[in-house]
Amino acid sequence: MKADKILDCVGLYCPMPVIKTSQEIKKMKTGETLEVVADDKGIKQDMPAWCKTTGNECVGMEEENGEIKVYVKKLAV
Amino acid sequence: MAEKEKMTLVIFSGELDKALAAFILATTAASMGMDVTMFFTFWGLNIIKRDKGSIKGQGFMRKILNIMNRGGSSRLKMSQFNMLGLGTWMMKKMMKQKNMPSIDEFIEMAKQMDIKMIPCSTSCGILGLPDDAFRDGIMSQAGAAFFLGQAKESKVTLFI
Repeated sequence: MKADKILDCVGLYCPMPVIKTSQEIKKMKTGETLEVVADDKGIKQDMPAWCKTTGNECVGMEEENGEIKVYVKKLAV
Repeated sequence: MAEKEKMTLVIFSGELDKALAAFILATTAASMGMDVTMFFTFWGLNIIKRDKGSIKGQGFMRKILNIMNRGGSSRLKMSQFNMLGLGTWMMKKMMKQKNMPSIDEFIEMAKQMDIKMIPCSTSCGILGLPDDAFRDGIMSQAGAAFFLGQAKESKVTLFI
């Protein structure tokens, strides 16, 4: 999946990936996609929940070798 | 989103582990677009006291109490497994290894996220703590009615 920006959260635990995502998304334009790379399994549940409450969209998730990539599309202003 | 949803936390406990839970939830809620208020009372006040600076408290008993109960984010102990400080020292080291922010860093993060941190006026009165006993960025003291007013409007309320 193609992303406009990559956010490296490998080695960080909850809540840091979510907090860093919210900071990063603020800097981006509506319609752009952010790729969040993390190795904390919690992100698989956390990111969709975060997207749902903030009005953004979780457009995809990939997992390989213990690294989880989550794609977040900015919809909310 | 029209009006922001609110979350209100009462932080009664002054231990490292409980403070960590409180700040994790508060900062996450703020990142989810919620308006967060943290109301610190009793032992919880230790979390937001200044690490350095003179001992506050008027009168002999309050001075003694505030010397014994110095507070400050770097002096917090674990609620269990403290083992005369060894457990706390280990936990801090383990947190650092895993890139977890310290309580001090969490407080600074909370300030940047516009989380309101408010000391309880009654506890401050009894324990003899003036506004300047607390670190910068902590709001002025408020009472139970203020908390309940906030809590009534909040979707999430927690007592830690």
